[in-house]
Amino acid sequence: MKIHIRQDLCVGAGLCVLSSAQVFDQREEDGVVVLLQDNPPPELQDAVRGAARKCPSLAIVVEEDDPAGVAAA
Amino acid sequence: MSNIVIIGAGQAGLQLASSLRDNGFAGSITMVGDEVHAPYQRPPLSKAFLAGTAPEAMLFMQEPKFFADHAIDFRGNEAVETIDRELKQVNLRSGAFLPYSHLVIATGTRNRALPCVEGETSGVVSLRTIEDAKALMQGLERATKLVVIGAGFLGLEAASIASDAKIDVRVIEAGGRALGRVVSAPVSAAVQAAHEARGVTFSFNEAVVALHSTDGHVSSVELGSGERIPADLVLVSIGVVPNSELAAACGLAVHNGVVVDARLLTEDPDISSIGDCAAFPFAADEGRMVRLESVQNAVDQARCVADRLTGKVEAYDQVPTFWSDQAGLRLQMAGLTRGDEDVVVRRDPATGNFSAYCYRGDNLVAVESVSRLPDHMQARKLLRMKISPSREQAGDPAFDLKQLVNKETAA
Repeated sequence: MKIHIRQDLCVGAGLCVLSSAQVFDQREEDGVVVLLQDNPPPELQDAVRGAARKCPSLAIVVEEDDPAGVAAA
Repeated sequence: MSNIVIIGAGQAGLQLASSLRDNGFAGSITMVGDEVHAPYQRPPLSKAFLAGTAPEAMLFMQEPKFFADHAIDFRGNEAVETIDRELKQVNLRSGAFLPYSHLVIATGTRNRALPCVEGETSGVVSLRTIEDAKALMQGLERATKLVVIGAGFLGLEAASIASDAKIDVRVIEAGGRALGRVVSAPVSAAVQAAHEARGVTFSFNEAVVALHSTDGHVSSVELGSGERIPADLVLVSIGVVPNSELAAACGLAVHNGVVVDARLLTEDPDISSIGDCAAFPFAADEGRMVRLESVQNAVDQARCVADRLTGKVEAYDQVPTFWSDQAGLRLQMAGLTRGDEDVVVRRDPATGNFSAYCYRGDNLVAVESVSRLPDHMQARKLLRMKISPSREQAGDPAFDLKQLVNKETAA
């Protein structure tokens, strides 16, 4: 899994940090999302997918290693 | 064994279910939603989804397996008919019933209908659900003249997207300015100017008295002044009504929403209410009763109730925040105004990057930022810590407001 963030879209809602504080943080000065790791281990991946889906400004994009495998799962 | 039933599967309902599990709640959770869909986000429906830049799949807040993985019994396309407080159960439309040890009403709102319109007319739409958004998108594909009734967040976000698509857009507003109920006058002016620069026109202080149609499709909008504005698509976006009928029918207090106390509890100790449908005492303003429509409010109230139901009882006291993307501007609001505050502007509004600091007496009560994310985040801290800069400090871009926060933190 690879995570991409669109800092220009981020509204600083902080829902991603609620989903996974191990992967997402907010910049001190303006609250914009920052990635703590962009290639999270398997045990964090469900939380990352949840963070992407719950982001109100759709600023998190998750690129799966094997889209076909995920679709079949 | 405790069993929690959540009526409503929107932002608040889903967050409550998630947070209960995050907090280690081991009892049963049932969430009843009246839409066919799994819980989805509404904000993009008037933004990226409507603009065609976000796929439908991205709207859903969880993957289907989330509900099974977390033992959340999500029942979509179902409705609660009645709440029986004596038996402590909700009765479903399907005939089944769900006993509860605690019930949470998170039923949200529905769109206010235009009083002069009866029945459905082709080309007249409103926007709340995925289906509404798809209907509006289809309408926009064919439309040449869109009339938006109501200059609130939703209407103006849609106006922005329609003007991007080179559709003629006219906005009709009953009040005197754009976003008049939610932002201060300087921000209204900037928003109006940004839309007008893109060709959107406005009519203020005008009531819509009739919609006219030709061959069953809307053809014009008639104003109180007698003017008839040609239209082949009309978006009605004149606010919402809280879904509080279930609460009222079982005897709970309802006044502009389901009335709750500082812990978001109704007068029945076994029933809470959260999100857009709940009227709660706003701690930062003398406990006056407010009802807020925002993601932040839905999420934070859900977390507050999840904490209470898992043993950590605290009053709800969060800084309200809102945001809107429109006409190339990002609006971000922190705090809540009554509408009669003094306003101090920081930076030149003509640049399209400024913030409005709203004061009641010497107290900062809200900050509205136009494409100024750092100001917004600073404002959240100031409001949370109840730090009020002087008007001079707020109005002086050279004065670093952060030093007030740092000073307080160090003290």
